[in-house]
Amino acid sequence: MEKFDVHTGRAVPLRASNVDTDQIIPAVYLKRVSRTGFEDGLFAEWRKSDPDFVLNRAEFQGASVLVAGPDFGTGSSREHAVWALKDYGFRAVLSSRFADIFRGNSLKGGLLTVLLPQEVIDRLWEAVEADPTTEVTVDLVEREVRSPAAGVHEPFELDDYTRWRLLEGLDDIALTLRHTDEIGAFEGSRKPWLPVTL
Amino acid sequence: MARTMAEKVWEEHVVRRADGEPDLLYIDLHLVHEVTSPQAFEGLRLAGRSVRRPDLTIATEDHNVPTQDLLAPIADPVSRKQVETLRKNCSDFGVRLHPMGDIDQGVVHVVGPQLGLTQPGMTVVCGDSHTSTHGAFGALAFGIGTSQVEHVLATQTLPMTPFKTMAVTVNGKLKPGVSAKDIILAVIAKIGTGGGQGYVIEYRGEAIEALSMEARMTVCNMSIEAGARAGMIAPDQTTFDYVRGREHAPRGEDFDAAVEHWKSLRTDEGAVFDAEVVLDADELSPFVTWGTNPGQGVPLDASVPDPASFEDPSARAAAEKALAYMDLTAGTPMREVRVDTVFLGSCTNGRIEDLRAAAEIIRGRRVAEGVRMLVVPGSMRVKEQANEEGLGRVFEEAGAEWREAGCSMCLGMNPDQLKPGERSASTSNRNFEGRQGRGGRTHLVSPQVAAATAVRGTLSSPADLAAR
Repeated sequence: MEKFDVHTGRAVPLRASNVDTDQIIPAVYLKRVSRTGFEDGLFAEWRKSDPDFVLNRAEFQGASVLVAGPDFGTGSSREHAVWALKDYGFRAVLSSRFADIFRGNSLKGGLLTVLLPQEVIDRLWEAVEADPTTEVTVDLVEREVRSPAAGVHEPFELDDYTRWRLLEGLDDIALTLRHTDEIGAFEGSRKPWLPVTL
Repeated sequence: MARTMAEKVWEEHVVRRADGEPDLLYIDLHLVHEVTSPQAFEGLRLAGRSVRRPDLTIATEDHNVPTQDLLAPIADPVSRKQVETLRKNCSDFGVRLHPMGDIDQGVVHVVGPQLGLTQPGMTVVCGDSHTSTHGAFGALAFGIGTSQVEHVLATQTLPMTPFKTMAVTVNGKLKPGVSAKDIILAVIAKIGTGGGQGYVIEYRGEAIEALSMEARMTVCNMSIEAGARAGMIAPDQTTFDYVRGREHAPRGEDFDAAVEHWKSLRTDEGAVFDAEVVLDADELSPFVTWGTNPGQGVPLDASVPDPASFEDPSARAAAEKALAYMDLTAGTPMREVRVDTVFLGSCTNGRIEDLRAAAEIIRGRRVAEGVRMLVVPGSMRVKEQANEEGLGRVFEEAGAEWREAGCSMCLGMNPDQLKPGERSASTSNRNFEGRQGRGGRTHLVSPQVAAATAVRGTLSSPADLAAR
């Protein structure tokens, strides 16, 4: 997994609530068997059908922090949503509320999802819309979001374990495989009637 | 200390617990399909890892398979490659697969319970958010992303931080014509699409206990639409009777021992939930959605709401956007909304009881002029049973298309899609923009409402139909 420590970049204001994973990447893009190259699917319908959609606007090209409305990432478990955001160039998504599965996927894939009060999101939206060159810093080391131009200096919560994994870029599987003995011992204690498929 | 069912099942599966780390949970059953697994198997290959417990893993082809002309090669080369990749992965890693054409092929959440692989007290995962379906048995079942699919394949465990618990109590009795789908749509409308975030929901109360196993699966299936990753219902005699005798169910003394254990899983008297919601089943009526998320629903008797009536500015903006996308005008009675397509199927409502309920209404009637009705059984076994009961003929004689098993128009990954601007009444679970095809408009409904709507051509309940 790609490490995440401190990232500074321009931001995209996505003023919509309940942005579901079918909008982040429509199902037709899920037929691929590769793990990269999903940037063309990101918000594909909105990019195609609405010339004024934020990602179609010149001033937001190259931005790397997505500032989204509440309940971002609802719907399906498709990790392709995380891959599409990362492949497009986003390193962090800020919102007042994320859907659980999307949040879990993002933190496993090195896309930092940051929970902030809606009032802070509102301030970032206003600042970025007024001046699209406004930079936002997402600092995982200090666990805070800073944007002096927007008057934002806000701490955020993330558990120590997830923070450590992201800072180190660690692979969950390798961490779990250190405990193979414990897994084996647990297997010896499982109920005898539990079903097997083979 | 008094504990909830979710807490008990969780505790029974903790492999390792250490300060400052998530719990490492053992996974009893891992369901796999073609869409969210290819990158996981590829990850194993690159790291030189194997599948730890192929005997706790089962795969089927469901999301993008066609539902007609099964003997022809899949026309879409990208879909075909994904299905072929699953076949190769299952063969290389020793995973049991039920491919197209197999009698046990079907939607993964229909196949698991029908084989008896889903049992009370288990942990069940799948790279699909509707894994919550299996919670109907008192299993802790939740959807996972592809990184976690790879993790379970490699280790049969998942590092997880505990969920909070929410009780949704449904008191009273459902009126005739009101179904499990109406219960869950009403729950989602009440608590919102984010209301269950971070929670496992336990559904309880008289109306839940009265539901069949299949109806319970419909309720738990859409927990994710309320934001909850898992929904559970306490196992009882209905559960035991459903599991008994199935291919992978415990037998003889094992079954008796299992039932004894399953009975102990019920939430203890006095256990405290982190949140509680109460509904009265007597007050429920057939429910339909008007917007583009599953929380935007109203009783069929109501009208399209006025966005101005929403106090919360973000809900108001969402309603305005939804009405524009859905091409609906505030104040229009829901019953006057005309549809082009009716879809009966999916992991929400593609089981035999759903087909029976719809066939009972369609029998001896005709699908309205200009309406296309697609009936897609949840699995090939459901199809076989429906044919034995004569239901397939009922659908065909009414003018509906009687298809093969798969996810089909629930998510439109296969050729079963709405055209831009087309409107459907659908028994599936998501009414997101473009979910059933680019530019398509979806109204979520129960099988009973779907059948009545097919006959009248506008959103309808069975009570609206003239006598045969």
